[in-house]
Amino acid sequence: MSSAPTNASGLAAAATTFAAEPAEKTACAHCALPVPTSLSDSGQPEQFCCSGCKSVYHLIRSSGLDRYYELREQLDDRSESARTTAERYDEMNDAEYHALFVKPAAGGGVETELILEGVHCPACVWLVERLGRVVDGVSECRLNLRLGVATVTWDPAASNLSDIARGLDGPSYPPHPPRGEARREAMRAEGRAALVNLGVAGFLAGNIMLISMALYGGMFGSMADEHRTMFRWVSAGLGVLSLAWPGRTFFRGAWAAIRTRSSHLDVPIAVALALGGFWGLINTVRGTGEIYFDSLSMLVFLLLVGRTIQRYQQRKASSAVDLICSMTPTRARRIDTDNAGAETTLSVSTSSLHAADLVEVRAGEIIPADGVVERGESTVDASLLTGEPLPVEVRTGDTLAAGTVNGPGMLRLRVSEVGDNSRIGRLMQQVAGASAERSAWVQLADRVAGVFVVVVLVAAAITTWAWWPAGADVAIEHATALLIVSCPCALGLATPLVMSVACGRLARRGVLIKGGDVLERLAKPGVLFTDKTGTLTEGSLRVLDRISHGVSDDRIWSLAAAAEAKSNHAVARTLIDHLAAAGIDAPCEPTELHEVFGKGVDATFAGGERVLVGSRTWMLEQGAAVPAKLDDRADDAGARGQSTVWVAVDGAVAGLAGLGDAVRTDAKPQLDALRDRGWEIRVLTGDRRDAAEAIAAELGIEASDVEAELSPEDKLERVRTMATSTDRTVVMLGDGVNDAAAMAAVDVGIAVRGGAEASLEAADVYLQAPGVSPLGTLMRATRSVRRRLVLCLGVSISYNALAGAAAIAGLVGPLTAAVIMPMSSLSVLTIASLGAWKALK
Amino acid sequence: MTGVLIVMLVVALLLGGSAVLAVVLMARRGQFDDLETPAIRAVFDDDD
Repeated sequence: MSSAPTNASGLAAAATTFAAEPAEKTACAHCALPVPTSLSDSGQPEQFCCSGCKSVYHLIRSSGLDRYYELREQLDDRSESARTTAERYDEMNDAEYHALFVKPAAGGGVETELILEGVHCPACVWLVERLGRVVDGVSECRLNLRLGVATVTWDPAASNLSDIARGLDGPSYPPHPPRGEARREAMRAEGRAALVNLGVAGFLAGNIMLISMALYGGMFGSMADEHRTMFRWVSAGLGVLSLAWPGRTFFRGAWAAIRTRSSHLDVPIAVALALGGFWGLINTVRGTGEIYFDSLSMLVFLLLVGRTIQRYQQRKASSAVDLICSMTPTRARRIDTDNAGAETTLSVSTSSLHAADLVEVRAGEIIPADGVVERGESTVDASLLTGEPLPVEVRTGDTLAAGTVNGPGMLRLRVSEVGDNSRIGRLMQQVAGASAERSAWVQLADRVAGVFVVVVLVAAAITTWAWWPAGADVAIEHATALLIVSCPCALGLATPLVMSVACGRLARRGVLIKGGDVLERLAKPGVLFTDKTGTLTEGSLRVLDRISHGVSDDRIWSLAAAAEAKSNHAVARTLIDHLAAAGIDAPCEPTELHEVFGKGVDATFAGGERVLVGSRTWMLEQGAAVPAKLDDRADDAGARGQSTVWVAVDGAVAGLAGLGDAVRTDAKPQLDALRDRGWEIRVLTGDRRDAAEAIAAELGIEASDVEAELSPEDKLERVRTMATSTDRTVVMLGDGVNDAAAMAAVDVGIAVRGGAEASLEAADVYLQAPGVSPLGTLMRATRSVRRRLVLCLGVSISYNALAGAAAIAGLVGPLTAAVIMPMSSLSVLTIASLGAWKALK
Repeated sequence: MTGVLIVMLVVALLLGGSAVLAVVLMARRGQFDDLETPAIRAVFDDDD
């Protein structure tokens, strides 16, 4: 998560004097995001927004890879704040890991694939592929930017895989094992097969067109009958090949649509291909009449071009198993007790854990399985499940969920559920289930196709009937011509083209979209559910309010800083960071210090002062007097959803700080704009009701539209209920794993930046630029896309109608058909890609 | 005349067919799996 500047409105409410944020902000030398005033250091030529960016910057400079910044500037890339994990990746050196993922490379050495987080731009490609300069023995590193997969070839004698992993983690591309290999392989095979089809279709269409040129030429001059027959037979042969090989995609699609009784563009296409091909063959055998193989094979080719474009803008979602694996650690420390009672700690693979096993979780580690704490106390970051940034305190007897992160203490855990049966496992199954069940969206083009197929077939029947007196073959001739010229070729190209242009332009503005249909779904206003923490708010704890009473502000807070300096508690760390940023330093170390877990600290200084920092209960327990004025303030802060830290010196409480999560500055204008457009906005949060309502009030959301204290399962149920009871589009905006199931179940799931991997997988849209502002861009784009789509469909239908009318009148021969088709496709292509896309300029 | 035409037709189809074969082989070998990154890589006309 990036450390964005402190929210100003919360600070304005504080009673203390506080330096206002300067109007202009310096940009971080690494990620170019604004540098918070508190961190700007005027003595340095480079400024950084966070320590992550700073270390990455120095690492890149010292490796002689400065050109990265140059490239980024030239390419005008969007950048992200540095995110390194400081993990050691030792598990990647295990024989077990190597057996699974590492293969010998063709040119000597070994190779493996790593899935990288945070690769997003051309400059990233450059930096990642220069891995060999940072890690010894790496001969090649190739990145696939689209998939975020790097293929590394290295000499195992020179470096371990963990060295390579750390080499990638350093410049903030944390690597992960290449799970989901089977799925990527399937995607790859599918893509290759589609390309082969396209290549064959193009070859056949081109050659048939050349032969047809000769035939058309022969129509005006003299052509020996034997040559004409020969050309017709070759044309028929290649044409049948084109229909049977690349063209089978459409027959298959049409058959699937007929079986499920849905309307799909493949149906009219298959009808035209089948009838045209059949009649063409009969005419070839008869040696007279028109053959349409040039148009038919061109149709197959152009439609496949459309499908290929569509393929490239779609990304596939992960399976539930991959998601669980990505959130739980690969190794766990199991404690085995032998008969004599001696304990041994063994590092085992997480998948080999069973219920009733005892595991040890050290500070900062991820909990490997659901279980109950047997020994130890710590704080656990459960934001994965709750979405709330404040760690919860755990003691013996508390239940923990896999995937949550242990804080400073060491814990012993009796395993209750593992893998699929753990809470996170069940949740991810719901994510996968919800994505699979989601009602298929009937795209505009397919709805048009439904009407279209009926109209064309009726028109063909009428044509046959009307021309019947002129002879059966003439009648069938004209009907076939009608079917071919009105084949929805441009229609099939229009949607993928418009969507792919729109997706490309949106991607450049920081909005990544999984499939074009999302834009169609969002075109009409509906209900927008939104998460609170991390979505509407910054998602991190910070000091919003700080007052002193009776003692000077500087003195009381510098004593508090000194007392808390050694604490690992999240609240203490937040307070210390805040004080340091405000220029208040700890003057000296306490001579005596003790910390009571879950309550606070008690410190004594050389000057004789006794300082207490902690909860209100801690103050009362230690006999410190709480002034009424501060109590009022604390009630106030509580009503706004803040948690409070109290400071007492020498038996009297003299300071109070309110900690909370600040609302994103862009949230209110964005929500207001959505509301103006007719969207209904509702908040679903795992947080406490008072905190949720305070934030909602700040954003102009009615308390009745806020649902608080929801589990991830509750969120899923709420959006499902809404989705089944309304025809309107239901959208879920969120960031965490706790929103993932709900995001997968609604019409459109939107994930904000900084969210968890699982939510990105479940979402249809990922807002790559920070905050919720990209939402506005997206919503404006949907209307622009809708207009453009209607225009393209209109033009292509007009072509079909005109050509169809001419065919009914018996005016269309194969030559006219061959000219009309590419013309209509070309004009649709031009409209889709050129001209004023108002919202997406 | 017919003979020439047949020969030309066959030659043309064979030439085109060999190009298709090349595309099919390249596609199966994964040459076209990633259409995005190589275009970017070409921009870095640098150094090593």
